[in-house]
Amino acid sequence: MDKSKQVCKPQNKTTISLQNVTISYGKFEAVRNVYCDIQKGKVTSLIGPSGCGKSTILRAINRMNDLIPSCSLNGRVLFEGADLYDPRIDPVEVRRRIGMVFQQPNPFPKSIYENIAFGARINGYKGDMDQLVESSLRQAAVWDECKDKLNDSGYSLSGGQQQRLCIARTIAIEPEVILMDEPCSALDPISTLKIEETMHELKKNFTIIIVTHNMQQALRVSDMTAFYNAEIKEGAAGGKCGYLVEFNDTDKIFNSPVQKATQDYISGRFG
Amino acid sequence: MNLFYKHTSRRNLSNTILTLITGLFATLAVLPLILVILYVLIKGASQININLLTQLPEPPGDDLNSGGIGNAVIGTFVVTGIGALIAIPIGVGGGIYLAEYSRNGPFSKFIRFGTNVLSGVPSIIAGVFVYGVIVSTKVIFGSNFSGLAGGIALSILMLPTVIKTTDEGLKLVSDELRKGALGIGASKFITITRITLPAALTPIATGIVLALARAAGETAPLIFTALFSFYWAEGSEALLEPIATLSVLIYNFALEPYEAQNKLAWAASFVLVLIILTTNIISRFISKYASSK
Ligand SMILES: Nc1ncnc2c1ncn2[C@@H]1O[C@H](COP(=O)(O)OP(=O)(O)O)[C@@H](O)[C@H]1O
Ligand SMILES: [Mg+2]
Repeated sequence: MDKSKQVCKPQNKTTISLQNVTISYGKFEAVRNVYCDIQKGKVTSLIGPSGCGKSTILRAINRMNDLIPSCSLNGRVLFEGADLYDPRIDPVEVRRRIGMVFQQPNPFPKSIYENIAFGARINGYKGDMDQLVESSLRQAAVWDECKDKLNDSGYSLSGGQQQRLCIARTIAIEPEVILMDEPCSALDPISTLKIEETMHELKKNFTIIIVTHNMQQALRVSDMTAFYNAEIKEGAAGGKCGYLVEFNDTDKIFNSPVQKATQDYISGRFG
Repeated sequence: MNLFYKHTSRRNLSNTILTLITGLFATLAVLPLILVILYVLIKGASQININLLTQLPEPPGDDLNSGGIGNAVIGTFVVTGIGALIAIPIGVGGGIYLAEYSRNGPFSKFIRFGTNVLSGVPSIIAGVFVYGVIVSTKVIFGSNFSGLAGGIALSILMLPTVIKTTDEGLKLVSDELRKGALGIGASKFITITRITLPAALTPIATGIVLALARAAGETAPLIFTALFSFYWAEGSEALLEPIATLSVLIYNFALEPYEAQNKLAWAASFVLVLIILTTNIISRFISKYASSK
């Protein structure tokens, strides 16, 4: 599986490093032997056919996989040099530095204002809350739609607005990395475009890792792209095992991929 | 071909008959309910006046003046309140454990099973149990029959309902919400107390109110524990002494050979039904209010 090893570009600073990561659900290996260095201040997208373990990898980065009892990880996930799976690590602390936005918009059943303030408050934010709420909503490009109804329920917004509210809520905890798992898959094209614009803004302050099944989106928003694929596992009966095929600058992946599988996938021949 | 509805066809005839039969049974099912409430209201409402609610009951025998049910009304609230104070924290805590912390292992299965068994235990058993463990042994400050013992007996009856509604209410909360909170660095405790529990508040509150209503009308567990009293519950040790409640008052006085006491029992029935009815309406109100939000 050494074809999945990619050398990162030396001039950029690595913030998250996956080193020979294998993740299993019970005995079933969902992804195997992933090496991947994510660079700070860049947007990295994970693409590949469904079931190849993109979400699994993403959840491993902020230890959301801890919530799945059967899930176990081998290898090392380094964040700013610290091994996230060291037994001394507090997963809650990890998630404060590495926030997550989910596929389905999931605002809290609270007011728009409280949706933002909640995370900041529990993270010990002491500054001006009004200001934080405004700046977070602005960065997530949803301020104009929300500013007159900050006390309304988060559910009163449309799906696309809710998703941007969830992004704003994540921004408000001032993480270093934001993980997004198919954040636009439940949204209409216009909301999708808005969120993509948001990501261009966010890049200035955050490292972003986004899972997407939309290759055009990967092309539009990301600097780096990792292509995952799944293959029938040798030996074991049934079940596919995901692996990282190719990881490179987005334009290299889309214009001159090294692997044939990547070429096939981006030209729509499978997946 | 004729597409008109034919009353006389076999299919339509049997349909009509079966509809009538189910309608009849449905009426039979609610009839007792309506009759009981009407009967109690009619028999009891005529007895209601202000003295009734402010005076103490007179010991049977004095036919001229039977007094009131003031202490029993207060006692019902006090004993049910004690039960709630015990059952709500334990029940909600247990429900939170089952829904949020346990991993469906043998221990939580055992608790769920136990809860189901407990909810089927006849209330008199709860009374005898508390009598045996607390009243007869005088473990609580040497007191014998007491409001406290009565409250403990009622809490045993409320507990399963509170655990179950908390457990089920929390399970209805979408996992996305939990993930959302954890994904922005909330601890499990914060997630439960600030996100999941508030989201499940309506079913939990409804369940608690229904449990209260059920407990408020219980007699059997109180006969062995709270007993009865002809006096106001006052003084620093009021909870450690026997206390009057509406249900026990009804039980005691309805069987007296004296007309005046029987009337008092009817009045107490009326007030008790009113209290329980109100509590049930409140629970309806809670769920309506929240679902319209
Ligand atoms: N909670 C889970 N329990 C067991 N297996 C899972 C779980 N989540 C995902 N899987 C399995 O892991 C593999 C990868 O899933 P996932 O990471 O969701 O893929 P992707 O996001 O690329 O579609 C799939 O075969 C899936 O069935
Ligand atoms: Mg996925």
